[in-house]
Amino acid sequence: MNRYSLWQYLLIGIALVAGLVFTLPNFYGEVPAVQVQPHRVTLKADAALLSRVEDVLKKGNFASTGLFLDATSVKARFADTDTQIKAKDLLQAQLGEDYVIALNLLSNSPRWLSAIGAKPMYLGLDLRGGVHFLLQVDMKAALAKKMEATLNDIRGNLREKRIQYSGVTREGQGITVRFRERPARDKGLDEISRTLPDLELRTVDDAAEFRITAALKPEAARKTQDFALQQNITTLRNRVNELGVAEPIIQQQGAERVVVQLPGVQDTAKAKDILGRTATLEVRMVDDEGTNSPAVMQAALAGQIPFGDELYLERGGVPILVKKPVVLTGDRINDAQPGFDGQTGEPAVHISLDGAGARIFHQVTRENVGKRMAILLFEKGKGEVVTAPVIRTEIGGGRVQISGRMTTQEAQDVALLLRAGALAAPMEIIEERTVGPSLGAENIRIGFQSMWMGFAAIAVFMIAYYALFGLISILALSANLLFLVALLSMLQATLTLPGIAAIALALGMAIDANVLINERVREELRNGNTPQAAIHAGYERAWATILDSNVTTLIAGLALFLFGSGPVKGFAVVHCLGILTSMFSSVMVSRGIVNLYYGSRRRLERVSIGQVWKPGAQKA
Amino acid sequence: MEFFRIKRDIPFMRYALIFNVISLITFLLAVVSLATKGLHLGVDFTGGTVLEVSYQQAPDLNRIRDRMVKIGFAEPSVQNFGTARDVFIRLPVKVDLSSADLSEQVFNNICQLEASTANESFEAACPQSIRSYCERRSKETDRLKFDQKWKQNGGPDHDCAKPLVKRDDEARVNLRRVEFVGPQVGKELLENGALALLVVSLGIVLYLWFRFEWKFGVSAIIANLHDVVIILGCFSVFQWEFSLPVLAAVLAVLGYSVNESVVVMDRVRETFRNRKSRSLSVPQVIDHAITATMSRTIITHGSTQLMVCSMLIFGGETLHYFAVALTIGICFGIYSSVLVGSPLLMWLGLQREDLARPETEKKAGESGAVV
Repeated sequence: MNRYSLWQYLLIGIALVAGLVFTLPNFYGEVPAVQVQPHRVTLKADAALLSRVEDVLKKGNFASTGLFLDATSVKARFADTDTQIKAKDLLQAQLGEDYVIALNLLSNSPRWLSAIGAKPMYLGLDLRGGVHFLLQVDMKAALAKKMEATLNDIRGNLREKRIQYSGVTREGQGITVRFRERPARDKGLDEISRTLPDLELRTVDDAAEFRITAALKPEAARKTQDFALQQNITTLRNRVNELGVAEPIIQQQGAERVVVQLPGVQDTAKAKDILGRTATLEVRMVDDEGTNSPAVMQAALAGQIPFGDELYLERGGVPILVKKPVVLTGDRINDAQPGFDGQTGEPAVHISLDGAGARIFHQVTRENVGKRMAILLFEKGKGEVVTAPVIRTEIGGGRVQISGRMTTQEAQDVALLLRAGALAAPMEIIEERTVGPSLGAENIRIGFQSMWMGFAAIAVFMIAYYALFGLISILALSANLLFLVALLSMLQATLTLPGIAAIALALGMAIDANVLINERVREELRNGNTPQAAIHAGYERAWATILDSNVTTLIAGLALFLFGSGPVKGFAVVHCLGILTSMFSSVMVSRGIVNLYYGSRRRLERVSIGQVWKPGAQKA
Repeated sequence: MEFFRIKRDIPFMRYALIFNVISLITFLLAVVSLATKGLHLGVDFTGGTVLEVSYQQAPDLNRIRDRMVKIGFAEPSVQNFGTARDVFIRLPVKVDLSSADLSEQVFNNICQLEASTANESFEAACPQSIRSYCERRSKETDRLKFDQKWKQNGGPDHDCAKPLVKRDDEARVNLRRVEFVGPQVGKELLENGALALLVVSLGIVLYLWFRFEWKFGVSAIIANLHDVVIILGCFSVFQWEFSLPVLAAVLAVLGYSVNESVVVMDRVRETFRNRKSRSLSVPQVIDHAITATMSRTIITHGSTQLMVCSMLIFGGETLHYFAVALTIGICFGIYSSVLVGSPLLMWLGLQREDLARPETEKKAGESGAVV
């Protein structure tokens, strides 16, 4: 009765082998590496970049111990950190600003392990050191900005259709349009509801005047908020790229928060500066005469810039002379989206300006038809021309379209840069955690040391108390640890210090199942059952109890996972996984070993489960 | 080896009243302490800033404290942790300062204090701060304004062209950890914690109701919430810091010590169904169940406690209160599920019929063990 069928042994065997394979990468440690990642969407990490990096390293005489390409970047491993840093400096100098060159640590596991997707556990910031920020997006400001833009749209539309109104005002999230006469109000209502479908309109009339009140429809408001959040994330990502962090995490958390995690970054002040920086956009006129004359350009490049001009580079690297006076600043741009020209169908960028911006733009374009204007992005005090389109006609109404000589990709890039210049809504840091690298390493040491010590203590006790059954329990417990680590490596769940504590606790709790079983077996023996029957009954009867007690623990774990955040979540993940693996290992695996050892024996006289005391046999 | 050589069932239920009175008193004490003293909530829940600074030589905590008061923090908490060279500074939320400025300001002041004590230059005391300043300054357009801010935050005059003499790890002062939690986040974490506690409790009651009977669910959860209150009470009486990991420990203990009740209840159910024990009264059945599982109870909890002790000894400061909460939880877990939960079961009027319903009889009959 204590036999497992072949498939049961196979299942255990396969689980153990898989556990071993996926645990292995954790033992190989990590090697210093340099990661090269394209800064822009237009540049791809491909074989060409790989060979370029290889060339640079070869010329600089840096022996890379491994160079390879993955989905987003080229990575080169080095023997020591010294070479790593020198190689990074060289690559930085050679590849220029189009690439993010970051120091990284890569798993030193053999290629076949990486090939099957076996990676070491993903360490949280408290273990590897780094900065964690939680940023709150000011959604009220985002909505206010949207309403401000809408207000200008309404004003523009009414003027365009020559509908007489007496005033448009915004109070908080609502807009009120006032009319003197009912027919004008009705015409206005028609016009606004036709052109601005996102608005919920109501009419309020009293003796003196006729009014329309407008508010954003709930779904439009939600869309605005989503958009603001997404845009802020995009902006943050662009900025973080500059920090040269190997594996930054920038994620949405909830409806209005963003998590930024920068492993390895120590200098919080610097990180905060970069995250909180405001980039500015400026629209200026291009000095076409100067730019088109080779002689002037040559002089300008040599340092003799014509009076009233400044020299900038276009994104392709072409120099261009731009006049100093600023026509418009970036805060007049409400939105920029990639799209297509309505007539020609070629890729275009659609920009919408606010009311004041639209008026200025209208005037400037009327006076400068046929000339070029430049849109400049200033960051870190350095300007760059994002795009320099030719003004074909005068543009009123604040809706600008830039098209011509653009690919779809470029249109997307330009739109992104125009938007990314500024955050859609202000953000505030509401949580910050910084952990130094030495503290991280110490946390790992502390965590694992306490786990091993506890494990050893339990092992000694179990073997002393339950003899062979104790040893089997410990083997099952080791299998549990193996499965747990393998599972954590496989899922790439973030391991934190509370997570390590949860591993230790999981082991301490998992032994419960084996104690239950062993006690049951002893009890059955005490009641006079034969050894085989006792083993069988012990396992069968303990199972229901084990199941019940694990389910209740699991309920607690799941609740922790759902409501916890940060360190508590890390604890909860490991806790829940630990419960699942312990059910398998303490029941299946330990039973497997017992069956293998005792199951085949016909006449089993006694089992090694320590002394079994029988009340009746006390005197004998 | 066999620790437990119990011949007869121990008549726990005879003393049920005494145990319940003891529990009630402890429980009330815990509640009173919670109500009057409250919990010493960690920065996770209250909001505020925590800095962990390590020194080359043990600093004078009083001077650090004075300095913090001088720069405008009303009630700074400055403590050693681990060794005398590691200092833990806790500051309340200050509205008019962004978190970036705050940590810089505090750290710069600590650096200056240390530099003046050791009669060394600021640069030698803490190159970390200078490096950060120079790196940021190099990217700044408005350097004048930036320098002003740096000065405001307690930074000294420094020529960034000068090379730094010391590396960060040789510095007199090292900033090891900064934690800043905004007040709204703290409030949310506290609310979520309470919500988690509620969900766990309800989940466990429902599960035990489904698997056993409502009386089991109710008595188990009362017994275990009693544990939770006592753990919280201990944290309140001794004013230990209640942080997120401690909350995790409390909830884990809740799930874990319910195990204990489950094991006893399983036995109660089994004994009820066993033909041989038909003659036993309800208290006798409970006594029998507790006695039979006694050995397992002690050994399991002992093993878990071995692990927790290991954390307590080797786990350092971060895991200390986590392990403390677990220890209290485990000890009271044994006590409460055996000596609080079971009497409650009895008071709630458990009867043989509650568990020996037709469908369970049929199900049990399949295994051949019972009628």
